[in-house]
Amino acid sequence: MDIVKLTAIEMREKLKNKEISSKEIVNAHFDRIEEIEGDLNSFITLTKEEALRAADRVDNKIKNGENLGILAGIPVGVKDNIITKDIRTTCGSKILENFIPPYEATVIEKIKNADGIILGKTNMDEFAASYSTETSYFGVTKNPIDRDRVPGGSSGGSTAAIKAGEVALALGSDTGGSNRQPASYCGVVGIKPTYGLVSRYGLISLANSLDQIGTFGRNVADAALMLEAIVGQDAKDPTSMDIEKVDYLGRLKEGIEGMKIALPKEYMSMDIDNRVKEQIMKSVKLLEKLGGEVEEVSLPHSEHAWSTYYLIVVSEISSNMARFDGIRYGYRTKDYETLDELYINSRTEGFGEEIKRSIIAGTYILSSKKGKEYYNKALKVRTLIKEDFDKVFEEYDIVLAPTTPNLPFKIGDSVKNPFEMYNSGIFNIPANLAGLCAISLPCGYVDGLPVGLQIMGDRFKELNILKAAYAFEEELSIGGER
Amino acid sequence: MGYKTIIGLEIHVELMTKTKIFCSCINAFGGDANTHCCPVCLGLPGSIPKLNKAVLEYGIRAGIAFNCQIADYVKMDKKHYFYPDLVKGYQTSQDDRPLCRDGYVEIENEAGSKKIGLQRIHIEEDTGKSIHTEGGDTLIDYNRAGVPLIEIVTKPDINTSEEARMFLENLRNTLKYIEVSDCKMEEGSLRCDVNINVIDTETGNKTNITELKNLNSFKAVVNAIEYEEKRHIDYLERGENTIKETRRWNELENKTLVMRGKGGTENYRYSVDVDVLPVKIDRDWIEEIKNNLPELPHHKKERFIKEYDLPEYDAGVLTQSKEIAQFYEETNRYAKDPKQVSNWIMGDVLRRLNDEELEVEDLKFKPKDLADLIGFINNGKISNNIGKKVLRDMFETGEKPEEIIKKKGLIQISDEGELKGIVEKVLHENQQSIIDYRNGKDRALGFLIGQVMKSTRGKANPQMVNEMVKEMIEKR
Repeated sequence: MDIVKLTAIEMREKLKNKEISSKEIVNAHFDRIEEIEGDLNSFITLTKEEALRAADRVDNKIKNGENLGILAGIPVGVKDNIITKDIRTTCGSKILENFIPPYEATVIEKIKNADGIILGKTNMDEFAASYSTETSYFGVTKNPIDRDRVPGGSSGGSTAAIKAGEVALALGSDTGGSNRQPASYCGVVGIKPTYGLVSRYGLISLANSLDQIGTFGRNVADAALMLEAIVGQDAKDPTSMDIEKVDYLGRLKEGIEGMKIALPKEYMSMDIDNRVKEQIMKSVKLLEKLGGEVEEVSLPHSEHAWSTYYLIVVSEISSNMARFDGIRYGYRTKDYETLDELYINSRTEGFGEEIKRSIIAGTYILSSKKGKEYYNKALKVRTLIKEDFDKVFEEYDIVLAPTTPNLPFKIGDSVKNPFEMYNSGIFNIPANLAGLCAISLPCGYVDGLPVGLQIMGDRFKELNILKAAYAFEEELSIGGER
Repeated sequence: MGYKTIIGLEIHVELMTKTKIFCSCINAFGGDANTHCCPVCLGLPGSIPKLNKAVLEYGIRAGIAFNCQIADYVKMDKKHYFYPDLVKGYQTSQDDRPLCRDGYVEIENEAGSKKIGLQRIHIEEDTGKSIHTEGGDTLIDYNRAGVPLIEIVTKPDINTSEEARMFLENLRNTLKYIEVSDCKMEEGSLRCDVNINVIDTETGNKTNITELKNLNSFKAVVNAIEYEEKRHIDYLERGENTIKETRRWNELENKTLVMRGKGGTENYRYSVDVDVLPVKIDRDWIEEIKNNLPELPHHKKERFIKEYDLPEYDAGVLTQSKEIAQFYEETNRYAKDPKQVSNWIMGDVLRRLNDEELEVEDLKFKPKDLADLIGFINNGKISNNIGKKVLRDMFETGEKPEEIIKKKGLIQISDEGELKGIVEKVLHENQQSIIDYRNGKDRALGFLIGQVMKSTRGKANPQMVNEMVKEMIEKR
């Protein structure tokens, strides 16, 4: 039995049946990490000692016949923008290279309470602000499917680790597709939950009004299991909502007979790689075969999604980056005499190029009269985009789209053509602007590279997208495939 | 001749809420450095602010007390600038939609009453505190970071240093009355900045506005305004103009010094703090706060006049601070003699407090003690003059009046037989005075009474002595 090829749910079953121990699971994964990590670079920090201690606790619980949490013994990777107490949290940035937080993110507490085993902190684009994981201060992560290509981003470390069998489940964050785009590129399942379903307490903000912690698994059920473990209102995050808990795993198999499925015509007429488009159309047919009723709909403000997103995201980034000033924690330049030099040199040396671009753009927008006008316009268009979706969801249960318009690009290409890379999030952004839930799952392969299908759902209707994704995956029988 | 000074004030007031504005850390002055802190008030990455509803309530209380309009809903905005004591690179404050706007504070000047308009009152978080050591290091204490503040901005309605002082005193008393802040300038829970310029009323020329900082007492505010008034007028008289700048008050040298120039307007890059969800302010809630508002100073004054039948002057003095009013009412609850109690507090008690620059809270004795003292006087146990002596002792030692009276043997002699003996003795020893009195010299009577009081060390009941002396001379 190759432990690292098991799904999370299989691992948990075998652990409960005492076929394997938690310690064996952890060791098998660290063996795999040792074997492949030098090449992939999925992790920024590994926490083997803590993981083995946690495994001991789970094994003791089993020995004593105690109740086990829903993530019992399952190895989890955590994106490095989620705060872990006493374990350094870098956000993929030099400016936080040595930042060891004194507190714990709510989702980490939940994983620990569910007996999940955290193996380490995964690589990411600096502050989660890009789509390739190339902007990490800790080097690029390679796509396990094709090592010349990026794993996508910003949660590329998490998706690569899952694909390569380094962990079974992982957490990411999604501000404009950072969970879905890398899931698509690495051929795994990624969920961006509704804004407010999962506590953001301890997620280092990129753009607070768009950020949401999300989950990854090798198949839909695994990603849903991870989601089930972290949902819930949190007193520490006032933007988290009190939503009645849904038994995702229990209801996953209900099927999609009669489900109303929307296909936005504006999306399909955008610039999409024909090979990707073909896979998506095939997927539409498959969903119809499963009993879904697919109809074309209109989301009239779609073409403004990207510029709206950009204005909001860089404004919030420039503001959120202000606290990294070299005074209290994180990187401080050695080269300063005055306070201004301390600020300027620490930030100049500590931030990477992509983040600096966002800070400059965002500062311009918030400080100039013209910029403020653009920004306020963006907030209005955001409402219009939201209303487009509200209208569609009055009649439809889910909305289909490609996860990305393209296939994973080669490492280094994004430097030559950054707009191509920004463009890869074009179908992801609307769900963030509207605060919806969405999932990306593999729907086929083109020239050996995976294509992702994106399913969006109304706010807090995660069950709809999970049911559809599960039925689709079953039919395609790609679940668990690597 | 004609210059008109135009003054606007910006006052920061720390609220007395139990916890800070966005976290559950304790809101208290002092404490060991960096002990009242958590990830939220330290602005650690990943932390999320959670608005303390009490801060809104306190702000609304102030808004009601100062006759403001209260907003329908509030949002918080981020005000960006870099400073080491600012943990997030921005201060969470309010920009275009303050909690309260368009209020006023009424002051009484020679011309009658004048309304000083308030532009706005908004809520925001305080910053940490930088401590510059003699060695040249800067240490930062973040205990104050996240302490809730209201910022009160007046309209430029103030024209003299005296008006500024009256305005501030009124503002402070009211804020203390409604239990919004303890307003201790020395602890920084009330901080005042001044914007000032002067207009030549004949030519219409006016100086550029100077912003004054580091004003640590009302006296400093008054002195700094007077200093600046002169400085601005000097410029106008020379046909020049002041520079638009921020100056700091130097208490030791009694003058203002340039702190920083203010070229263009500062750009704070305000944007909405999306982590703090907007709050709708229910009109019912405002009503409820209004109904539960502690009595305001002018209401209390009116009530004192009506309920205790006090002259307006007395009521004004007794309600000048909440603590004095409270002391008065408590004393009277025991003494049940409103005018007497008023006389004692307005007279001996307040005079002594003022002389020693103390507050009512510093008194060593309790309202009950003062009531007892007044009772002893009223029932003739001691004389009024002895009462003053006893009060002096109470001031110094805090001892109960009856103990002082007992210990020092101050009980008034009202026993007719005892007094008669004493008077008889004094008359016997002062035959000449009796003759003088009979010859129409009234002063002689006063002398004889004085002798009786002297021989009893003031304890003799003065009224009885008075009558008795006259009576006994006649009988002789």
